[in-house]
Amino acid sequence: MAKPIKGQKRAEPLGKYKDLLLMLIPGLSILLLFNYVPMYGIVIAFKDFILSKGIFASPWVGFSNFERLFAGQDFVRALINTITISLMRLGFGFFAPIVLALLLNEVRFQGYKRAIQTLTYLPFFLSWVILGGIFLMFFSLDGPVNQILMSLGKDSPIEFLTNSQWFVFTLILTGIWQGAGYGAVVYLAALSGISPDLYEAAMIDGANRWKQTLHITIPCLRPTILVLFILSLGGILNAGFDQIYNMYSPAVFERADILDTYVLRRLTTMDFGLSTAAGLFKSLVGFFLIVVVNAFVRKTSDGEYGVW
Amino acid sequence: MNYKQNLGEKIFNAFNLIFLGIIGILALYPFVYTVSISLSTQAEAARGGLHLFPSELSFTSYKMVLNNPEILTGYANTLFRTIIGTVATLTVTCLTAFPLARKTLPYRSPIMVFILFTMIFGGGLVPSFLLIKSLGLYDNRMVYIIPGLVSAFNVIIIKNFFQSIPDSLYESATIDGATPWQILRLIYIPLSKPVLATVGLWTAVGHWNSWMDAMLYIESGSKQVMMNLLQRIVIQNNIDLVQKGLANPDISQFTPETIKAATVVITILPIILLYPFVQKFFIKGILIGSIKE
Repeated sequence: MAKPIKGQKRAEPLGKYKDLLLMLIPGLSILLLFNYVPMYGIVIAFKDFILSKGIFASPWVGFSNFERLFAGQDFVRALINTITISLMRLGFGFFAPIVLALLLNEVRFQGYKRAIQTLTYLPFFLSWVILGGIFLMFFSLDGPVNQILMSLGKDSPIEFLTNSQWFVFTLILTGIWQGAGYGAVVYLAALSGISPDLYEAAMIDGANRWKQTLHITIPCLRPTILVLFILSLGGILNAGFDQIYNMYSPAVFERADILDTYVLRRLTTMDFGLSTAAGLFKSLVGFFLIVVVNAFVRKTSDGEYGVW
Repeated sequence: MNYKQNLGEKIFNAFNLIFLGIIGILALYPFVYTVSISLSTQAEAARGGLHLFPSELSFTSYKMVLNNPEILTGYANTLFRTIIGTVATLTVTCLTAFPLARKTLPYRSPIMVFILFTMIFGGGLVPSFLLIKSLGLYDNRMVYIIPGLVSAFNVIIIKNFFQSIPDSLYESATIDGATPWQILRLIYIPLSKPVLATVGLWTAVGHWNSWMDAMLYIESGSKQVMMNLLQRIVIQNNIDLVQKGLANPDISQFTPETIKAATVVITILPIILLYPFVQKFFIKGILIGSIKE
């Protein structure tokens, strides 16, 4: 008596979930094909890859691609540039959206607040091909920025795009211009979650707006700030490929050539082994950073935040 | 609440409004400059100053850009990938997210791990390039659509929304004899319009803006997208590409800069025009993306 029932129970799930499991097939096959299969191609980093022979038949060369990579000045320079640019973005750009959100939060006219917000996050929805195109005109030697500076009494135009030090400055500045409005949205959401009771109680106790900001708003924002800061530390090897690729030129490689642009240029010179090795190095370090940073975020926020 | 502002706060408010106004102007000005240059004559474009509005209007640059067959082809390809790509992505993403929203699905957690892992590790540029070549997707328009069909991120967002729909709806529909396909199409999708609009818009903007895949995988001019033409014209200074537009243009009516600016304006116009109407979905997308699922 007990046996057939057991059998029925076992047979049931297959029939019950057949349709649901079928639905998964297209999505999972795409991920398998385009995200997992290329992972096998990583072996190219350990081979002397010859296009006509294919991945299997190309000879193994151990770590020689990595040795070539670290012996080459270009790669080391790209690594240093990547970290430098990322840290500068953090140092100069990280607080811009916070300040913007705090200032927007003090505006009492909702229409004005929304208008400024809308204007500041518009650039985030445009490709760096477009923004790069605009800025190449904007910061050129005879562009409007230099014309304004000259009319204010500067003798010669600034080489924003061709002097490597000025170029990094331009990158950081235009990066803030593009991303600050977007970043502010997140902080504004956190701000709107602060209970009005806190402010009312503070007002009754005689705290002015500055005191309220200092003792209520900023402490309430601290967890959001912390999580976003740590996460951006995790992404330190991503120095902004789209932006740099669309704005740089050989004249500024010295300070603006980053890992991603280096990998892409190696690909166009058909040095597949070296390019894959560089890409693998970046993926592994990036993976490690994300795992460590995520563990750290989870620990500091008692499991409340984190990517997973 | 009746709260009297003191003098310090009034001064702060005034400064804050002015400061934010300046920020708003700085955010807008590069676009105003570009539009103004695109409408300028040669003499007007060469003039110094802020270029808020051209005193002598010229539409020659636009005529050249819009009469250029390559640009029209690029525009058509961009529209193709944006429309087909977005519809296909939403379809496959819903199909993937729906079963995963059922907590009783067998193998649910290994499948989730399989999906999530793609967010943090990938094979990199070269292996992907070789894969695309071996699949016959090289120089094929399908390369715009297929490789990016599913992203772990979109699956998670839609799955979470599906999970917020009460299980009782699913169960009562099953009892009434509906198949999972019917339940997804007739109950879940209509109930999920806001989140589908959000994911759909972000996907559409992503398609409109993307250029890397075309640069790496497309050779023929007839399959290029707008963003890559823009890149060749504006970033690589390939002005010849645009001068095909008019046979004998009046050279006093344009410069290379005005042509570049006109190409930029034409490329961003659809986004700018739609932006005010859809921005609430954009904001929603930012928040979904940044707050823990």
